[in-house]
Amino acid sequence: MGVFTDKSLTEILTEFPEMSRTDLRDFKKGIDESFKVFTREWGVGIEDFFEPLLRVLVWFEKLVVATPWPLMIVILGALVYAGARTWGLVVGTVLTLLVVGYLGMWEDMMFTLALISVSTALCIIIGIPLGILMSKSDRTQAVITPVLDIMQTIPSFVYLIPILMLLGIGKVPGLIAVCIYAIPPVVRLTNLGIRLVDKDVLEAADAFGASPRQKLWTVQMPLALPNIFAGVNQTIMMALAMVVVAALIGVNGLGSEVLKAVNNQYLALGLMNGLAIVAIAIVFDRVSQKFGKRLQKHSEVIHG
Amino acid sequence: MADNSIDVRGLYKIFGANGKKYVEAVQNGMSKDELNAKHGHVLGLKDINIHMPQAKIQVIMGLSGSGKSTLIRHINRLIEPTVGEVIYQGEDVCKMSESDLREFRRHKTAMVFQKFALLPHRTVITNALYGLELQGIGNADAEERARHWLKRVGLDGYEDRYPNELSGGMQQRVGLARALTNDADILLMDEAFSALDPLIRTDMQTILLELQEELHKTIVFITHDLDEALRLGDRIAILRDGAVIQQGTGQEIVLNPADAYISDFVKEVNRGRVIRVDTIMESGTNGSASVAIPSGSRLEDAAKLLSDSGEASANIVDGEGASIGSISMKSTIEAMVTPAKH
Ligand SMILES: Nc1ncnc2c1ncn2[C@@H]1O[C@H](COP(=O)(O)OP(=O)(O)O)[C@@H](O)[C@H]1O
Ligand SMILES: [Mg+2]
Repeated sequence: MGVFTDKSLTEILTEFPEMSRTDLRDFKKGIDESFKVFTREWGVGIEDFFEPLLRVLVWFEKLVVATPWPLMIVILGALVYAGARTWGLVVGTVLTLLVVGYLGMWEDMMFTLALISVSTALCIIIGIPLGILMSKSDRTQAVITPVLDIMQTIPSFVYLIPILMLLGIGKVPGLIAVCIYAIPPVVRLTNLGIRLVDKDVLEAADAFGASPRQKLWTVQMPLALPNIFAGVNQTIMMALAMVVVAALIGVNGLGSEVLKAVNNQYLALGLMNGLAIVAIAIVFDRVSQKFGKRLQKHSEVIHG
Repeated sequence: MADNSIDVRGLYKIFGANGKKYVEAVQNGMSKDELNAKHGHVLGLKDINIHMPQAKIQVIMGLSGSGKSTLIRHINRLIEPTVGEVIYQGEDVCKMSESDLREFRRHKTAMVFQKFALLPHRTVITNALYGLELQGIGNADAEERARHWLKRVGLDGYEDRYPNELSGGMQQRVGLARALTNDADILLMDEAFSALDPLIRTDMQTILLELQEELHKTIVFITHDLDEALRLGDRIAILRDGAVIQQGTGQEIVLNPADAYISDFVKEVNRGRVIRVDTIMESGTNGSASVAIPSGSRLEDAAKLLSDSGEASANIVDGEGASIGSISMKSTIEAMVTPAKH
């Protein structure tokens, strides 16, 4: 009753019935405080947990930076050929590397390559098993799908906050931020790929007495591979899109140069490093698409 | 030697969340349509009792949707029954534990599918040895056995091709080789030749019959084609709406169709290819006949022998050459023509 006597109807409709200012402040404070407590309790332990990851990343960075550039170009060219089996792409890749190196970005490019390689590997190691798990039950799928949606849509700065609070500035938090953004496609497409496997072929495996594990390795994974690979391709692209954000929390490479260019309004520096990222993306994309096509070569079932 | 016959007993399959609940209603005569309309459950199989003899080809025939695929999938339990038993060597397949069932599928059965269901990412030979691989048999041994069976089905030289490089007929040969390589006593074939062109289908039937002459497997063969059923089947069971409406030899079914539905089926049949001389012969030797026709010959072949010889009648002789009866050209031709009442 009181509500109607104290306020007019227009007031009720125009002013949103929000929480009182003090309650809201306490609410936010409560969350912040409890997370800080969590950080104090667990921060060191979590840092220790990620220590091996840091070592792998640092080791890999050192390795690619220390490798003589001609050898690196040969290795990358060979990898491109192994994946795509076309000389055109090899030539394109080598030229790109030479131009980027000539323009003074060799070392930064190596750092970025290391970051992308390690984060993609991490996404695959976590993402594929997660996708397999998801394909096994509709309930798991119903739980994981919205989480993936959030990971892909929430502005990345938002999850930088807790990561920074927990781990501070550094390579590992950068890597984790990249992975949070980049992992959903591998998970989704592994799940989808397995679910799309021809039911007839699965039934044949059952009829010949395949155990669930045998079915996974002899039928589901091989037939899902083209889809899984499309997911890996997207993951690489998304990881590349995150290199500037990663630079923001302390990962060096092309991204940190872009950041420097933004802070100082260096147009040329920004453009050059930005285009170098694009060049890497194009090479990765073309190679992985060609590779994906090769995977698919025998997969189409023809009846009749 | 172990008895490799299969006994299906009192088998019911009702598709839906709560199939068991409606078994009684079906036993009391509820029809497939009624069950579907009233309770949203689909009647798959109804009181199936079939003795599938060992080392023979048991054909299951029926129109699309009559429950053939459902029935054959109960033999290796790709489908769980609602109630009923499938007995093989004294054991009920429907009661096996998961691991026993897997062993049963690996060692006792092999299946050939209508849509081939080959592994598209594997070569012909690695498809053929798939069953052995699942059994954990080493590669060299498995490859040798697969190669042998690929040769037997006429795929010599195709070992390293991929399924999608082959025609449908060739793909199904791979399917057959995969099943044979498994070296199982029971061969399950669900419309294995239905997707093939008529000429290729006849070829495959010939291959199957030739193989069976030496292999003596218990074969369950599904088809919707009566000619195929009559050519291959030592025994035939006809399904309609999930129930067996007649079973027997091909000859029995053609000569005495159980109802109008089956007579409809059999009226187009080339009876000369189904009916044997023994069925129509008169007792007693025909002294004036000089032609001898072996017992068990088809009327078609008997008619050919008669017309080639120019004689009007012939004696039927058993394995030792002794006469056991006689036929005339007239009676042979009459029996080959579809009677008007059908
Ligand atoms: N998984 C299923 N769920 C519900 N109904 C099914 C299922 N599988 C088959 N049926 C139904 O059971 C009947 C028999 O099907 P099926 O055995 O495939 O017939 P056929 O092989 O003779 O063509 C059909 O009415 C079909 O719709
Ligand atoms: Mg069918």
